[in-house]
Amino acid sequence: MSSYTRMGELEIEKHTQFIMSVEKKKDFDSMVMEHLRMSGAYWGLTTLDLMGKLDAVNREEVVSWVLQCQHDCGGFSGNVGHDPHILYTLSAIQILALLDKLDTIDADKISAYIVGLQQEDGSFAGDEWGEIDTRFSYCAVCCLSILHRLDKIDVGKAISYVASCKNFDGGFGCTPGGESHAGQIFCCVSAFAISGALTHVDRDLLGWWLCERQVKSGGLNGRPEKLADVCYSWWVLSSLTIIERVHWIDKEKLKTFILDCQDKEHGGISDRPDDAVDVFHTFFGIAGLSLLEYPGLKPIDPAYALPVHVVDRLFFGQPH
Amino acid sequence: MHGRPRKSSSDGGSQEKDMAKAAGLQSLQTQFFKNHHEKIYTKEALQLNAKLLEINPDIYTAWNYRKLAIKQLLESESESASIKQSLDEELRVERALKRNLTSYGAWHHRKWVINMGYSSLDHEFQLLDQLLKADSRNFNAWNYRRFVADMKKSRDEDELKFTTKKINENFSNYSAWHNRSAILSHMLKNKYGGISAKEQEMTEEYELVRQALFTDTEDQSGWFYHLWLLGQKIAPIGPKLEMSWPCNGSQLVIDFNEQSHAYVSDFDTPFGTDHCMFSEGIPLVLHFSEPVKGVNASTVSVNSLLLQSESLVWRPISPHGLQAKTWVTLLKLPSTNFRAGETYTVQIRVADTLGIILLNGYNFACPTALNFSLDIHTMTIRSTGGNFETVPLAWEGENFSPLAIDENKFPIELHLGNLSIDGSENQENTRWQQETLDREIKVCRELLEIEMDSKWAKLTLARLLIGQDMLSDGSILRSKRKHTDEVLQLFNDLIEIDPSHAEYYKDQFSLILLDKVSSGKQNLQEYFWDSKGTGSLSNGERNKWLRLHGLSLSRLGCLDQLLWVQRLDISHNRLRSIDGLEALQLLGCLNLSHNLLANFTALGPLRQIKTLRALNIADNKIGAHTVNSTRFSFPSALNNSSISNADTTRDADEEILEISWEITIAFKGLHLRQLDIAGNPANDEKCRRLLMKTLPSLKWLDGTSVN
Repeated sequence: MSSYTRMGELEIEKHTQFIMSVEKKKDFDSMVMEHLRMSGAYWGLTTLDLMGKLDAVNREEVVSWVLQCQHDCGGFSGNVGHDPHILYTLSAIQILALLDKLDTIDADKISAYIVGLQQEDGSFAGDEWGEIDTRFSYCAVCCLSILHRLDKIDVGKAISYVASCKNFDGGFGCTPGGESHAGQIFCCVSAFAISGALTHVDRDLLGWWLCERQVKSGGLNGRPEKLADVCYSWWVLSSLTIIERVHWIDKEKLKTFILDCQDKEHGGISDRPDDAVDVFHTFFGIAGLSLLEYPGLKPIDPAYALPVHVVDRLFFGQPH
Repeated sequence: MHGRPRKSSSDGGSQEKDMAKAAGLQSLQTQFFKNHHEKIYTKEALQLNAKLLEINPDIYTAWNYRKLAIKQLLESESESASIKQSLDEELRVERALKRNLTSYGAWHHRKWVINMGYSSLDHEFQLLDQLLKADSRNFNAWNYRRFVADMKKSRDEDELKFTTKKINENFSNYSAWHNRSAILSHMLKNKYGGISAKEQEMTEEYELVRQALFTDTEDQSGWFYHLWLLGQKIAPIGPKLEMSWPCNGSQLVIDFNEQSHAYVSDFDTPFGTDHCMFSEGIPLVLHFSEPVKGVNASTVSVNSLLLQSESLVWRPISPHGLQAKTWVTLLKLPSTNFRAGETYTVQIRVADTLGIILLNGYNFACPTALNFSLDIHTMTIRSTGGNFETVPLAWEGENFSPLAIDENKFPIELHLGNLSIDGSENQENTRWQQETLDREIKVCRELLEIEMDSKWAKLTLARLLIGQDMLSDGSILRSKRKHTDEVLQLFNDLIEIDPSHAEYYKDQFSLILLDKVSSGKQNLQEYFWDSKGTGSLSNGERNKWLRLHGLSLSRLGCLDQLLWVQRLDISHNRLRSIDGLEALQLLGCLNLSHNLLANFTALGPLRQIKTLRALNIADNKIGAHTVNSTRFSFPSALNNSSISNADTTRDADEEILEISWEITIAFKGLHLRQLDIAGNPANDEKCRRLLMKTLPSLKWLDGTSVN
């Protein structure tokens, strides 16, 4: 089947129904995702807001569940009863920012948790068990910035560490010497963006590598010689947007690829056409379409990964 | 979920099976969490945990639990043999869980155990050999290999050999090429044996990558590596001072009016006698090839009888403060100490002492000397210049005509002399680079004979030819570009062959075109215009313009050649960004109309040009897009910039207006007298009100007088 016969509109109503149904599901795939329910909630809620459908959600219920996931140390876990981790702490803060409920938490306590995860070399551990990854540097910087407490960590050291993960192709990896990967590049470029340190990025070199992620189908892959996947619509596009090189890819072809990955019957978006859908790819597909200025979607901020109106309210709203 | 086919919901049988599986997982999970919360670490509890992880290795809390169990166990063990036994058992359990290859939690768990220092690292290497055989692109496994190699203190040479093996198995193993680049960088940095050993090393690298390129001309892996390899030697020898204003050896004429304002005429720039009024002092501009910090009175010495004793304050021309390519200071001329009719020389020595620092933390190591002279006249002022008091400046029309240049007065070349590039090693280096370039150009041409439309071969050939041009002229004199036309043709071909990346190639085309245009008087002369003063100058004096309009430029470059420009017209192009324009520190009038600028934030560089008085941004796309790609490019509250948080946070009483912070980023602190903004979607009543508030000096807005 050729792509143009399949391409259609974005099925906003169907996707809304799909997202609303996800949390009630008790099948095996949903069970496997239980440990990251906090991120699942962030993906789902942000997608709903981008589509203008956030009113379908009971905000009070969400907030009370999020707060149940907070631990004495200040960090949040992926679900009730699981251990705290910086990944889910960021998701929790993003959800509360999205719902304009940051006043329900003790920002100083959360900041103290994050500050405690910074290492001597500037890097961040994900939790008390010491895994180091530039993903966690992004989580720390993004979280603290949303809480207006970036000055609590050594930003200079945090940035030098991320810069030390730069590779021969202009991209970035998990740790120094780690291979470039589009997801990791998003984390590093966004950490620079949020801390005003984009001078560390070689925009032309990285931009060329990123735009070479586009394959014949129009979709984007995350590393050379790999398959296209809808999630890279976000990781690659957001990075290209931040470094002002997004015009180097063929946007129309990418739009078609994302729309082709919709389950037009039951809603949701998958990694590739005709694969099983999930809320993760639904978010990344729609966030990607938002960066491609798809009509009817609200714009998303490429670094904070929240709707622009939320980020603008945080930083240019009432004096804090 | 990756790579799993979409299921039809009508398949009742499999649905039942699925629910049973889910219930099984649920029950395991419930029992596990009970054990975790009650801190039960019995053998049975650990077995249950392993079963859970076998089904779902991403459940991070279950890995944490295993670490807690080990910690408890170790507390009761004191003999190292039995500790080792327990840890080896733990490693066996982890490896038995087959799904772990892509689970971050599993890999970290293994590292955590190994880090205790009891386990055999050779065994880990053997395991990695197997794993990387099964999945040669697994980046977790490669990361783990680097971790173990580090612990083992493996020699770089051995790790390099391992990548050679993987590459020879499969030339498109990007992970192996990547690892190779990291090891090789490390080796080159710590190289013993000097330059010839390095050269040999590099020559072998080129041979290896050539095999890959000839095996599959469209495989990205080899080409990305090739590009990196070229960068290791092609780059001109270290960062340097590229240009200054006034330029080296030039002679300025200074006039003073009644208010002791200096008028400078620079006969050594193409516009010769143009008067430029500087009320606060004469700017001195240094332009480096890379951003630097630490330019100050101790790293740059300025000597002249004219100067007052206080030390000069250098200002970085960059939105981000400390680091900048362009630095400016003001030479304040005392109105008493000098004599009319005298000539005073100004000598500048840059980086005689250490202290100018590059982005990578290294010292700027290219000391440079330059000098110029000032001829002092007094009270010979003919115009009051550029106040726009009566009529707004006209941007185009019949007032403009091509400018005839006085050949005799035009400078021979705009360049810095006295560049001290040190010694014979560099000459040797240059010879080697030249040979490498010649050889690689030949390789690309051969590849193109086999495969005429190879995009990678064409692109690389274009990059090589640019490199060769830069090398042969030492990147100081720009008039010897031999390959410009061929390079432009290659980019035109690429636009045809690879239309998905057309905009990338157009940007490169644009840079090469600007390089061509600015490379010497013959080329630049075509773009000189002058306009009869229409009110902007009271006595009808002619204004000289550099007009690079209608050239399809999408990207700015080579601005270091244009530091002297005061009136620039780059309208009717395809510019999305004006990055780098801040280098033009004498700019007074700028026409940017009819481009693709999409946001006020895209105008961020203008805020650094304090001399700017008239700006035309009419007929752009400001406000036409929902996505703003320059959102993070300049300091604001969004990127926690302490220098301008106060500026960009909305006043409490200010009405909500999305673009207010964007306007601030572009214009706050500028003294614009004239702004033309018509033909942009953002240009509504509120926007105009805000512009007038941000620019209190504004006299003309879209040709209408502002009160």
